[in-house]
Amino acid sequence: MRKITYRKALNEALDEELAHDDMVVVIGEEVAEYNGAYKVTEGLWEKWGDKRLIDAPISEAGFIGMGIGASMLGMRPVMELMFFSFAYVAFDQMMNNASSVRYMSGGLINCPIVVRGPANGGTNVGATHSHTPENIFANMPGLKVVSPATAYDAKGLMKTAIRDNDPVFFMENTMLYGMEWEVPENSEIEGGELIIPLGKADIKREGTDISLIAHGRAVITALEAAKILESEHKINAEVVDLRSIRPLDEETILNSVKKTNRSVYIEENKPFCGVGAQISSMIMEKAFDYLDAPVLRITSVDSPAFYSPPVEKRQLPYPEMIVEKALTIC
Amino acid sequence: MSTDTVSPSPHAEAEINKSLSNEDKIKFLRDMVRIRRFEQISLKAYQQGKMGGFLHLYIGQESVAVGSISVCGENDHIITAYRDHGHALASGMSMNECMAELFGKATGCSKGKGGSMHFFAPAKRYWGGHGIVGGQTPLGAGIAFALKYQDIKGCCLCYMGDGAVNQGAFHEALNLASLWDLPVIYIIENNGYSMGTSQKRSSAYPEAGLAARAEAYGMDWDVANGEHIYEVRAKTWEAVQRAHEQSRPTILELATYRYYGHSVADANAQKYRTKEEIEKYKNEHDPLNLWRNTLLDEGVITEDLAKEIQQEANEEADASIKFAEDSPFPEDSAMLQDVYWEVDNDTESGKTGRHFF
Repeated sequence: MRKITYRKALNEALDEELAHDDMVVVIGEEVAEYNGAYKVTEGLWEKWGDKRLIDAPISEAGFIGMGIGASMLGMRPVMELMFFSFAYVAFDQMMNNASSVRYMSGGLINCPIVVRGPANGGTNVGATHSHTPENIFANMPGLKVVSPATAYDAKGLMKTAIRDNDPVFFMENTMLYGMEWEVPENSEIEGGELIIPLGKADIKREGTDISLIAHGRAVITALEAAKILESEHKINAEVVDLRSIRPLDEETILNSVKKTNRSVYIEENKPFCGVGAQISSMIMEKAFDYLDAPVLRITSVDSPAFYSPPVEKRQLPYPEMIVEKALTIC
Repeated sequence: MSTDTVSPSPHAEAEINKSLSNEDKIKFLRDMVRIRRFEQISLKAYQQGKMGGFLHLYIGQESVAVGSISVCGENDHIITAYRDHGHALASGMSMNECMAELFGKATGCSKGKGGSMHFFAPAKRYWGGHGIVGGQTPLGAGIAFALKYQDIKGCCLCYMGDGAVNQGAFHEALNLASLWDLPVIYIIENNGYSMGTSQKRSSAYPEAGLAARAEAYGMDWDVANGEHIYEVRAKTWEAVQRAHEQSRPTILELATYRYYGHSVADANAQKYRTKEEIEKYKNEHDPLNLWRNTLLDEGVITEDLAKEIQQEANEEADASIKFAEDSPFPEDSAMLQDVYWEVDNDTESGKTGRHFF
């Protein structure tokens, strides 16, 4: 099967959805003529023109709010945040308007908008550009939050997110953009296109001894840790990728934990009320009798992102950290 | 504020006003009287403890909503802030659904989920009812964007108070509206006070006025007296035509006055303004009196018809109280409805994964 980058997978998803529905527009800073700050939209402006690919001024509250308003009338805007960290200047629009206008109108309105962009640390850009707000947005009913780890998932989830009739916040990762994974050509897929439902987790590696559960780039880190656990410690770890944080596939998580009886949640999010806190609580509530050890969590170190490159590397979860933690309960 | 008299408005001769039938003119009076009565009665119910939250009354400003919305056609849309009862009724919403919403009843326009600040009726092209000052201004640009994108000749009237001009989101929306030629009209209902802080104490460059902020964005703007239907209609129509024909935005600042406080909970409503100031507006600038007198002068209505209109509004408002009181509160099961479209519509997506925790 062909291999493409995570970036290219997103690009294909956008291209296909621009073709699929005239109401899809892509709006954001540098998405059109510049070809995207991270080249996710490369070539799309040339192909689709000014009407469908729109360069926005640096004005997140304005253009994200504008996209929400347009979605209320049935458009399907895909809004790029150059960094998801910039969501914080559009917070009122995202948290009050996108999430709640349906509820406050008694169900008369819906917002089929996608807000996408990289939400990660690890690139030595300091605290302001390294936020991982998936827990913050997943805390808000009315919003959906997606965080793909591979090119395959990025493509399939993006297409679904654009067709979804609720607001979907799609959190990518700049450190994954250049990584390649197998993604089939549409001609190789039954139904002719790659569609992955929201709310379906994926077992990225089957195992029997411990469940390493993660989302986003932490899935890749967990896969590396699983290799070490197997080769150096004869421990067979299962890696569960949430893919979608809200809606959440509880069943797949619980089935894995019931099989392995041990779990560690790994994320690049901060620890306090992080995604892992939610998952740990759920596991203890629903799989308590299956647990042979406490449910553990690994997160980013609980401080703002450190600039210094070698230090920031150790601020985020890395394979050896996962191995060490896993060994405490295996 | 300008006119101290009820002399004939020069705007009566504007094209958009010359074409009015007597029925149209009477409807404007009826709409204003209905809005005022609705709010007077809702205030009474609020004071009796029949509703919760805030109640931001529009009384004194009725000519703005009624006049401006009256020039709208089938592709023109409305969005406003939290002082939204007048715009809702002027857009054609019923007193019943609005009063029931205030009472938190299941029959309310938002099924009791929005309350006073969050009335909605998209089928009437009325998009709310928004609680955060200035938060609706990018949405208004978005509605205009969606119209333009689909080559629909329409526009969005986006209402806001004078306090909202100092919000960043508003300035971002202005920049986008002008940059992208969006058919949106920002109507600043300038009642002189952002809650308890006068315009002089909240907005820089007072000698320029608020609408002149449009200059910074190369946008057209105008200032008008909002107390008279003819003037509001004439000025709004100019902006609507600009939106329809040139796809250009406008800021229209309409001077108006609210008789009550920022909200009913505004304990200082009589402190930051003098009693004399409030009385002067009530006596000399009341939009209902001005329009009623205009119609009497024009021979469009008689005193008897004016009384009849008032009586009908009183009865309609009383009936809406009864409707609200007789309506059931929402069931607890409604709490998890209207959160996600996909869940509400029982789609495959709505059934996949856990949406609520």
